[in-house]
Amino acid sequence: MSAAPPAPSKSWTVKVREKGVEALPPEKLLPDGQPTYVASWIYVFGVASIASLIVIIASGSILALKGPAWWHETGIGHFFNSIHMWSVELFFFAMVVHLWGKYWMAAWRGGRSRVWVTGAITFLVAVPCALTGYVSQQNFDAQWISTQAKDAMNSVGVGAFFNLTNFGQMYSYHILLLPIAVVVLVSLHVLLVRRNGVVPPFELDRKLAVAGAGSPGGEDTPRASTEGQA
Amino acid sequence: MSFLRPKDGTQPWKGRYQPYDLIKELCIAVGVIALLSVLLTVLLSSPDDKPSTIAQWSHELPADFATTAAKELAGTSDIAEYGPPYNHGSGSVQHFLFLHPQRWLGVSHPINTAEDYVIKPLETIPDDPALRSALAEYKAAPEKQKKEWSEAYAKPLEEYSTAVEEKKTLPSSVSVDQSTGTVTVKASGAGPVPTMMAGLQSLAQSGGLEGGLVSSNQFFQTDYTKPLLFMADGGLLAERAEGQHLLGEQWGLMNETGSYPGQPWLWLYALWYQVEPMKSSPNADIQVLLIMGLLSTAFICIPFLPGINILPRKIPIYKLIWKEHYRSLEAPPNPAMGAPPATATGPPPTPAAS
Repeated sequence: MSAAPPAPSKSWTVKVREKGVEALPPEKLLPDGQPTYVASWIYVFGVASIASLIVIIASGSILALKGPAWWHETGIGHFFNSIHMWSVELFFFAMVVHLWGKYWMAAWRGGRSRVWVTGAITFLVAVPCALTGYVSQQNFDAQWISTQAKDAMNSVGVGAFFNLTNFGQMYSYHILLLPIAVVVLVSLHVLLVRRNGVVPPFELDRKLAVAGAGSPGGEDTPRASTEGQA
Repeated sequence: MSFLRPKDGTQPWKGRYQPYDLIKELCIAVGVIALLSVLLTVLLSSPDDKPSTIAQWSHELPADFATTAAKELAGTSDIAEYGPPYNHGSGSVQHFLFLHPQRWLGVSHPINTAEDYVIKPLETIPDDPALRSALAEYKAAPEKQKKEWSEAYAKPLEEYSTAVEEKKTLPSSVSVDQSTGTVTVKASGAGPVPTMMAGLQSLAQSGGLEGGLVSSNQFFQTDYTKPLLFMADGGLLAERAEGQHLLGEQWGLMNETGSYPGQPWLWLYALWYQVEPMKSSPNADIQVLLIMGLLSTAFICIPFLPGINILPRKIPIYKLIWKEHYRSLEAPPNPAMGAPPATATGPPPTPAAS
């Protein structure tokens, strides 16, 4: 006698867990192997963007812990503000190169359009995240940028609820709301990359599909794959 | 969403894999970026130019301060005539065709320049009978009379400002003592306004006006809209900004003080302000934002944009990106390693997402 299959659980938690593991099993979430075509400097800029974001959040957290006036008054505060600023510049630089690289790879192929879309939206959300930082600085830059940029916000009605000259509101956006949005988008983007894998090269799409996993001459056995459902 | 994701024939990778340590790579990347940030910090630091204050403005440019204050009282300044979200004026209200979002959203941060920038701050000054009397006379007068007084006082100051700007002979009706930061205006028919303006100048120079402009019914304040807009109506911020290459025509939108990179990612946004018709349009902001909104939407939708989404295949930059990989495919079979990793079989390449 064979035992009857277990009845599907009605637990929401179990369902979420099963869906999660099905979509992203651990070996796909944290792979220890990647396709051999991932061998170019252009791939560095994706992880460089994430690394920059981590440095931005770390330095920003230190600035937030000490309050918005600290960096004007102390050398160490100014030091951390400088790290914050330069990591933002590196973040945008890495992200722009990453986006251009992914465009020329047509990295949305094979059902990866959501990966592109989340990446593009991340860039667009990062722009006001940086802008709110500039107008929260409490220095001349903040005075000038806020009083000039207000006209653009007002012209489309956004100024009615997003007031660049309101320091308290801009500071909240800068240290909480917009960073959360960026982190959520980046997380989603990375999870989609892990789920779909790095886009294969042009022209080889079909060829490699038939090349098989057992090709000798290297790490021929797929390790914990970065590739998955296209 | 599947209908938005066209089939493009790209297959999951079934070729070879190489060892990869994701966590190690991330840790190294964080280390490198942190070191690079520290290096840039040590070498270049970051800008922090002190903010301008109203006290500083009224000391350094007393005539400009007096002119601005007089226009605020007369209701002829940029902010006084701005429109939503500050008031019901129309001086800076923009639209595009039938789109009037600035009007639609209405007045959300009300500013009455005469009340907020002149009268209310003056009411906080104690023990000045002459000022009290002038204020009482002004407040009791009909609106038409108030306007005549204010304009009678503002007119010689505006002539003075124009003469300074155009480097012409200064009118004798205004005398400025830069050492004490005092301005004397010979204005007939200005009623109590000269007394009020002298009081405001004194208040500003003492540093009391900053606090007066951020005060409301609450103790803690974080909204600097009123003092910032008051200062922006004057010339001090613009004078400093010009010296730092921050004006619009200097692509200032993406710059910051000093020789720091600022926000170079806004280059495309700044570009539209440099070209016609936006360059000379009174509706430049809404036009540029609509263009950028359209381009941003297109940017997000690149995978679905015919033409744009097949360019990467047409322009073979990908051959540089995957150079090593293509080379490995062209390499002759290595007997020691077995067969080449891929063979030219299967259907021809398929177009990218369309």
